[in-house]
Amino acid sequence: MSTVDPAARELSAYRKMEESVTISETTEFEGDRELLTLNLGPHHPATHGVLRLLVTLDGEVIRRLQPIFGYLHTGIEKTAEQKSYWKAIPVVERMDYVSYYFNAMAYCGAVEALLEVEIPKRAQYLRVIHLELNRIMSHLVFLGTSALDLGAISVWWYCFRERETLLDLFEMSSGQRMHTRYFQIGGVIEDIPEGWIEQVRKFCAIMPERADTYGDLLNKNEIFLQRQRDVCPLPVEKLREYGVTGPLLRAAGDPWDLRKTMPYSSYEDFDFQIPVGTKGDNYDRFQVRLAEVKESIKIIVQALDNLPDGPTITEDRKIALPPRHELATSMEALIHHFKLVTEGMRVPAGEAYYAIEGARGELGCFVRSDGSSKPARVHMRDPSLVNLQAAPAATEGWLIADMLATVAMFDPIIGGVDR
Amino acid sequence: MPDAATLERLVGALKASDAESVIDTVESPGRVAIEVRPESIVGSLEVLRAAGYEFLASVHGLDYYPNEPRLGVDYELLSRQACDRVALTLRVSSEDPHLPSVTPAWPCANNQEREAYDMFGLIFDGHPDLRRILMPEDYEGYPQRRDFPIGGEPVLFTHNEHNVPRWFE
Repeated sequence: MSTVDPAARELSAYRKMEESVTISETTEFEGDRELLTLNLGPHHPATHGVLRLLVTLDGEVIRRLQPIFGYLHTGIEKTAEQKSYWKAIPVVERMDYVSYYFNAMAYCGAVEALLEVEIPKRAQYLRVIHLELNRIMSHLVFLGTSALDLGAISVWWYCFRERETLLDLFEMSSGQRMHTRYFQIGGVIEDIPEGWIEQVRKFCAIMPERADTYGDLLNKNEIFLQRQRDVCPLPVEKLREYGVTGPLLRAAGDPWDLRKTMPYSSYEDFDFQIPVGTKGDNYDRFQVRLAEVKESIKIIVQALDNLPDGPTITEDRKIALPPRHELATSMEALIHHFKLVTEGMRVPAGEAYYAIEGARGELGCFVRSDGSSKPARVHMRDPSLVNLQAAPAATEGWLIADMLATVAMFDPIIGGVDR
Repeated sequence: MPDAATLERLVGALKASDAESVIDTVESPGRVAIEVRPESIVGSLEVLRAAGYEFLASVHGLDYYPNEPRLGVDYELLSRQACDRVALTLRVSSEDPHLPSVTPAWPCANNQEREAYDMFGLIFDGHPDLRRILMPEDYEGYPQRRDFPIGGEPVLFTHNEHNVPRWFE
């Protein structure tokens, strides 16, 4: 690389355009009213991630909203292509960093579909328990941070107390608080430790009451209600048009939930309800998530009651590591172990799309295999990226303060948007 | 995935609307993808919408390097009545990566088409706002292409930033 004199440097077309923009030139008029274009961010709208919003305002009323992404882009999908299938799980988990079990489930599910591997029943149940605990954790983060956005700080402290309990449970079962790499292709990495079930039961006993408490804290808060009730509603047709799924769609009254309609990982075994709203305003969006916490508790309790015995990962030695004790006695186990650790598993060529009901909507993972031991393409259909397409339609014509409340209620996790 | 009879009906409907639209059906375990010509993607999606697949769940960009035609797009459709998924795929060459945008008919594809443009250089003609979405606006190259190197960008420090081409121009 040679040193170039900065003064002699030719400006790129983009920089020229950028330099030519002045504030006076960007002024717009609508009739005789002057519109103001305001930049919000890039900063944390709450602790959701680094989101930047360009808003065009007429006084305090939003005329145009334009979300700008990319500030958290870390090239995770590109990184995953450089790693063997099982080593891609940790990077995939870090996409939407509040719902890491969901990311791992979507990715593992897609690879398992290509491998056509049978998952043991116990592993499926353990996955369900962890997914639902993760859903509660994600909704608690949503509840705390969006109440924080609206100035109700005490809810945040309470929600993060329960979240700590959940993270302790994750640490006990899988060794890490976050990004646990617990889900493996073919099952889960190991069985749950002794005493874990009792801890989860203790949590399940206390959580519904706690959820009611948080509901009461906000439901009797006049400021919160005024900023939520009848604010920024969107009808079901509009939401479907923009591809919105998950709690946002259910808040408008559409009971679409992949756990019920297209069950995966034994969700058909459990009895639970799908909470729906009626108006699709911010208040419904909040209430639906609060009700979902209780339904998740129901699923966890049922899964704990009926937890089957058996292996926690597939016995297929081409996919899962052999048990440690076999390595000392079986040459074949040693060879399988060596092949898996050095090269990784080979996956038949093909494409798979595996969609699950994430905490924010349909979380789909697309995996293309070219027959080698590394994925040729890993792509996440992240619900936050798709759901945010409806944010302009929901907020245009409303006040800027309503927009902040609505973006909080959309619950985008920018780590998942940008990947 | 649709069963054999449904698939035959879908392919029949696609061929009825545009005789040359369908190139192939690709079956993977638990999944079926209908490969169509790029020009007929908008019409094909409308046919499937009429057949009940009215939710476009996802749009993926793909790179089949070193095979030709190299680039591809994958559209995942979902039928909410039948609780069933079917995929449409298409392939375009990297010399002429133009294909019609489906965003005017399916607003949900907006961000994901922008992402495919950003990462693969696929140009969706008719897209209302085709700009880079994740990479910086002045970024050169398409990082998700298979021949795009990783680790190709030097880390900027104050002592070397003037030696790095284009860092602040």
